[in-house]
Amino acid sequence: MDALSSLVDGFAVAVTWQNLFLALIGCLLGTVMGALPGLGPSNGVAILIPLAFTLGLPATPAMILLTSVYFGAMYGGRISSILLNIPGDEPALMTTLDGYPMAQQGRGGEALALSGVASFVGAFLSTWGLVFLAPQLVKLALLFGPAEYFALYALAFATLGGIASKNQAKAAFAAALGLAIAMIGVDGQTGVPRFTFGEVHLYDGIDFLVAIVGLFALSEVFVFLEHGGAGAHEGQAGRARIGRIVPSLSLLRHCTPTMLRASVLGFIAGVLPGAGASLGSFISYSMEKRLVDRKGTFGTGDPRGVAAPEAGNNAAAGGALVPMLALGVPGSGTTAVLLAMLLALNITPGPLLFQKNPDVVWGLIAALFIGNLMLLAMNIPMVGLFVRVLLIPARILMPVVAMVSFVGIYGISGSSFDLLVMIGFGVLGWVLRKLDVPLVPIILGVLLGNAMEANLRRAMTISDGDWSALVQSPLSIVLWAIAIIGFVLPIVFGKVLRRRLSLRKDAEGAAVD
Amino acid sequence: MSDRIFGGIGLALALFIIWQARLIELSFISDPVGPRTFPIIIAVVLGVSSLIILLRPDAAPQWPRAVRLLEIAVSVAVMVAYAMLLPVVGFVVATAFAATFLTWRLGTKALWSVAVGVLTSLGIYAVFHLILGLSLARGPLGF
Repeated sequence: MDALSSLVDGFAVAVTWQNLFLALIGCLLGTVMGALPGLGPSNGVAILIPLAFTLGLPATPAMILLTSVYFGAMYGGRISSILLNIPGDEPALMTTLDGYPMAQQGRGGEALALSGVASFVGAFLSTWGLVFLAPQLVKLALLFGPAEYFALYALAFATLGGIASKNQAKAAFAAALGLAIAMIGVDGQTGVPRFTFGEVHLYDGIDFLVAIVGLFALSEVFVFLEHGGAGAHEGQAGRARIGRIVPSLSLLRHCTPTMLRASVLGFIAGVLPGAGASLGSFISYSMEKRLVDRKGTFGTGDPRGVAAPEAGNNAAAGGALVPMLALGVPGSGTTAVLLAMLLALNITPGPLLFQKNPDVVWGLIAALFIGNLMLLAMNIPMVGLFVRVLLIPARILMPVVAMVSFVGIYGISGSSFDLLVMIGFGVLGWVLRKLDVPLVPIILGVLLGNAMEANLRRAMTISDGDWSALVQSPLSIVLWAIAIIGFVLPIVFGKVLRRRLSLRKDAEGAAVD
Repeated sequence: MSDRIFGGIGLALALFIIWQARLIELSFISDPVGPRTFPIIIAVVLGVSSLIILLRPDAAPQWPRAVRLLEIAVSVAVMVAYAMLLPVVGFVVATAFAATFLTWRLGTKALWSVAVGVLTSLGIYAVFHLILGLSLARGPLGF
């Protein structure tokens, strides 16, 4: 077993005091960010990227810190879902359906503990999935030439709007906008400046970290300003009755089949491009409801209705790492942000990552196992501590978010110009969110734009300008076909699914999973 | 209506990109595609999707009332001022002011906002500069 021996090496990389400490900090911060309504995994990770970067952390520790935050946020999202009926982030939406009724019946502690275990099962199984699936995908990816990569990027953009996308024209708009932003700066192949308008600061292009922090973190601050800092949840958490926080063995046994099924489904949803954690928790919940809800107890506080979406969304988080690491193409918002971190560290994900930097990949995967154990330990006995965090009102939290964003970006470049660009992106992000334009394709465009163009031009150079080279190999034809189907399918089926998904959607939830 | 304006702006942006792309100077060494083509392809995608948004708009979102919009505009202005003044007055002072303003505008009482703002600034300074050793903007007073 190749994968297993690599994994053992990975543990050797991950188990140092520094890495364990970073994983612990990441899990703590992540859980807190996930629990706070308005901060989800993607903006949580976005705020921390510049910091990890300016602190000069090497690649492996930086990735361990950020993925711990990612997984922590996936765990934390459930806390406010269960206690306040407000999803802490979008994937935790389905958890409100049965979690909040349980809390109302005085079984909040039980729901929190059970969902903690379910999160662990989902994340743990999907990390095993990552161990075995990613190397297989790498083998496939080694067959890719420039034309195939170009098709793969097109596929990523076509499917990123996802099955739940409201308006594919807006998803396409967002992708094109992101790609256009990536074009700013000196052309890498011929050295001529493009779209710089004579501004020296623009010659290097727009730093994608600036764009990400502006779009994800700062725009959140504007959303709160728009509502005058209305934090409907203030002070309610203290009142929720928590009850016992240890799930009984019989309850766990009762929910085990549910957790296992939901983990598998969630993992698949995570690996598929464009589906992400929200869909993972959604299909896990609906399938479980079909399968085991004979007495109609789902929606009234059935423990299985808490276990299913939590196992599902955490499994999806692990699944989403598969295409990000193996192909360099993220399947969700947060993995796009993680990709930004790798690119900022000059590490190109994809098949070569597994060959050139196996320590990064396997160290990261090993850290995921360790992080999940830490999260389980944190989330069962210490859940009361995180409940306290919910008492921090948004009017105090949001300025801190804004200021930390400024600190991070200023730390990278020390230039006021970048701060101004970030404010611009913050405003842009707010306006686009009002208009229901998804932000993730913009980020992906900014991240992948130059690589996409480089692959196109490389393919054309090889074929000496013959554009039909883009669709000549069977592999690229398959990729293009999936891209087209993935783009058209939501237009046809999206409406039905969306109606169900948005059934109880809080309009002010986090922007993306 | 919002979507129609939005689509219109997108269309104008697409045309602008095409116009600018055609002005990109070509270098004497170049590949078969050159630096102009890909931006133009993107602009076409941008233009077509803008056109669809313009022709088939979604229901308009609920825009905040003028007072709230002004609130956001003023906050943006404060942030811009913060970005410009940061290197001049130093991190602690600038951040204390900006955090105080934002906290106040998000609905905290004025006096409390000052306390929260100053604490936020000192807290970030302590954690990021003193503990983590990040270099923050240094003002005339040395912090």
